[in-house]
Amino acid sequence: MTETNTMPDIKAGRLDESEYEKHFSDLHPLLDQHEATVEADRCYFCYDAPCVQACPTSIDIPQFIRQISTGNPTGSAKTIFDQNILGGMCARVCPTETLCEQVCVREVAEGKPVKIGQLQRYATDHYMSGNDTTPYTRKAATGKKIAVIGAGPAGLACAHALAVEGHDIDIFEAREKAGGLNEYGIATYKTVDDYAAKEVDFILSIGGITLKTGEKLGETIHLADLRTAYDAVFLGMGLAGVNGLGLENEAKDGVLDAVDYIADLRQVKNYADLPVGRRVVVIGGGMTAVDIAVQTKRLGAEDVTIAYRRGQERMNASEYEQQLAQTNGVKIMTWAQPKALVAENGHISAIDLERTKDDNGSLVGTGEVVRLSADMVFKAVGQTLVPADLNGSGPNIQIEKGRIVVDADRKTSLEDVWAGGDCILGGEDLTVAAVEDGKIAAASIHRALSA
Amino acid sequence: MVDLRTDFIGIKSPNPFWLASAPPTDKEYNVVRAFQAGWGGVVWKTLGEDPAVVNVNGPRYGAIHGKDRQLIGFNNIELITDRPLEVNLQEIKKVKRDWPDRAMVVSLMVPCEEQNWIDVLKKVEDTEADGIELNFGCPHGMSERGMGSAVGQVPEYIEMVTRWCKKHTRMPVIVKLTPNITDIRKPAQAAKNGGADAVSLINTINSIVGVDLDAMAPTPTVDGKGAHGGYCGPAVKPIALNMVAEITRDPATHGLPVSGIGGVTTWRDAAEFMALGAGNVQVCTAAMTYGFKVVQEMIEGLKDWMEGAGYTSTDQFIGKAVPNCSDWQHLNLNYIAKAKINQDLCISCGRCHIACEDTSHQAITNMVDGVRKFEVIDAECVGCNLCVSVCPVEDCITMEPMAAGEIDPRTGKRVDPTYANWTTHPNNPMAVTEAAE
Repeated sequence: MTETNTMPDIKAGRLDESEYEKHFSDLHPLLDQHEATVEADRCYFCYDAPCVQACPTSIDIPQFIRQISTGNPTGSAKTIFDQNILGGMCARVCPTETLCEQVCVREVAEGKPVKIGQLQRYATDHYMSGNDTTPYTRKAATGKKIAVIGAGPAGLACAHALAVEGHDIDIFEAREKAGGLNEYGIATYKTVDDYAAKEVDFILSIGGITLKTGEKLGETIHLADLRTAYDAVFLGMGLAGVNGLGLENEAKDGVLDAVDYIADLRQVKNYADLPVGRRVVVIGGGMTAVDIAVQTKRLGAEDVTIAYRRGQERMNASEYEQQLAQTNGVKIMTWAQPKALVAENGHISAIDLERTKDDNGSLVGTGEVVRLSADMVFKAVGQTLVPADLNGSGPNIQIEKGRIVVDADRKTSLEDVWAGGDCILGGEDLTVAAVEDGKIAAASIHRALSA
Repeated sequence: MVDLRTDFIGIKSPNPFWLASAPPTDKEYNVVRAFQAGWGGVVWKTLGEDPAVVNVNGPRYGAIHGKDRQLIGFNNIELITDRPLEVNLQEIKKVKRDWPDRAMVVSLMVPCEEQNWIDVLKKVEDTEADGIELNFGCPHGMSERGMGSAVGQVPEYIEMVTRWCKKHTRMPVIVKLTPNITDIRKPAQAAKNGGADAVSLINTINSIVGVDLDAMAPTPTVDGKGAHGGYCGPAVKPIALNMVAEITRDPATHGLPVSGIGGVTTWRDAAEFMALGAGNVQVCTAAMTYGFKVVQEMIEGLKDWMEGAGYTSTDQFIGKAVPNCSDWQHLNLNYIAKAKINQDLCISCGRCHIACEDTSHQAITNMVDGVRKFEVIDAECVGCNLCVSVCPVEDCITMEPMAAGEIDPRTGKRVDPTYANWTTHPNNPMAVTEAAE
């Protein structure tokens, strides 16, 4: 009998109840007070510290760590929030191994950086467990109104900073909940206990911010109207479109966008309800590819392979993330690009991957094809801006390489429109970079409105 | 073959590590355990007259901790033994009989009347103990009653009581000194004048170890109040080393045997005290922190170091650093050193730069050719050693002496090979022509 896949092996509840709990619990549990004090003591309080230089939001890391070490975690959290109001989430999801911790002098000296991310979480969790509001007080009302599109990290950071200055902000969010990728993306084990929602509440506690959900740009709201109704607009809607593979059978059952599945995973109440294939193939090499691969494995998939078209060193996922995938039993297959999707009875059954090689800097297929049986194929090959949402009305906004063009102040080609996060050209696909965009844009908007 | 046996004022012990008069030596049970662990001797916790003193029933100790709860400094408000005199005497006699090779010294504190001392000395002699130590150091509680450091702070009293003891007992007399005094040489001289066989120091330093900011009271807090205690442990070692050296290099007391006390935690601490002239050391906080087993590291470590350094007995290095203990005015002003940063070891934390830049001589770069780099600017470096002190990497920054004849880029002057000190310096209004050694 030939190997066919007449019935795809996709089912929910592959594991015992207790296993789900274990698999989706906190990847790095909160440090306790003694651990934090001892770890904080490892910080050398460097002059002109490299970690601060490496932080996109320029958090004064030596200062906040010293505050932990002196028994002042509340003050420590304030130091963090001063630069990054989403410091709590960034502590969880930042690839610190390629940012602050990579340049920590102790990483350079001993290969053991100060655990900056975990210390940051210690301080911010301490603060948020004892306080319902941010440590800031709004300045006198200015009467100015700003529209923020997207309640993700960029929009939230921008809105909070503007609210502090006394402006009023309406945030328009297409989804049901605020948080953006913090709520709908990002692996579950990095942000447990509904942290993203708690952080949104924390940020909104500043006051002056009205959250309007279910409002999608280009559908229920239009840029031209917003520009008329508000003194300024900030675009932080991320990337709503998903890249495809451009192959036949892409619409068949079992071929899925990784971001959609991750969003389901983040919203599901009971992991046992989520169907997962026995054999899973993930196409891509970024954080999303690792997140979906590790999580399907943890949901009970037997065989999970990440197929990436170049060498492992070119993967956008950090080395730490790659190791996380591998220690979770995910196979990383490099130099392999999708060639064909094989379907049977309306459902995917396998994927043909062509071996690739580097030919003087350009990637070429070798013609050698490997077939991997698959019950599910996940596309994690990047997301795109949907420009129609922007230009449905009003004058065009300058777009390049499919992203919104901004200047150093995160101002777009339109006088009263700023943008930040993944939707801008040069966006780094990082929560912390999005926060910095929001922060810079807010400062610029405030200057413009105060002029 | 290294021999750790010591003979301190005629008291023999298998090694120079004694337990100081303190809680670890309060009774037979503890002392037997100490001897089993290997301690060379003990100074039994201070005996007083009956009725025995009482202690507080709340906390007696307080501490300064490092971030990983390493005990750095220790403070106590415990008094002398609170057990009946007779019980202590019987136990001392029994332990000495059972452990004849170990040093058994008995610490004493009675009121400043000759008859009181005569009475207690007679009783201690009956125990066959090897010697006595006069507790003129205890800074809390007992001092409020005219004993302990109240005696130790008045050289005349020290001399008087020491003389009584020497007159009324055959046992060797060690006088334990308090550091809570301006010039440690005076009580040491008084002890010597009174006929003391040795001095031991330091006793604890008056201290408030911390303040409870909720209760607004010193710690340890007893029902809302705190009293100053005596500070000891690793933090006090530098103070103790200096006081030992002051006595061992003072012509008036040079040669007077010294038992070194104050923060001895490792073999190296002990070796340092002994290099400054201590014939042995007494330990308390280290034992109270880690238990009696710590002595085994001290014994082995001292042996290993002695072997490596070529010493076979402790006499060979006791006091060897004393001749090099000098006064500032005799330090060679023609000796010029510059800090040097080993770039291979440097981890670029920048602490040397900011310490020098903010608080010293602006002699360390933070940027060279647009790159983060820390280099000493010899033309500014005064050789102060601050950078060495704050650098987190051992031996990364070293102080390198300049060779005679080289030009010091800071002063533009040639390094003079001759010795010259403040006593002959032109800026010294009291300068003399010939340098005083």
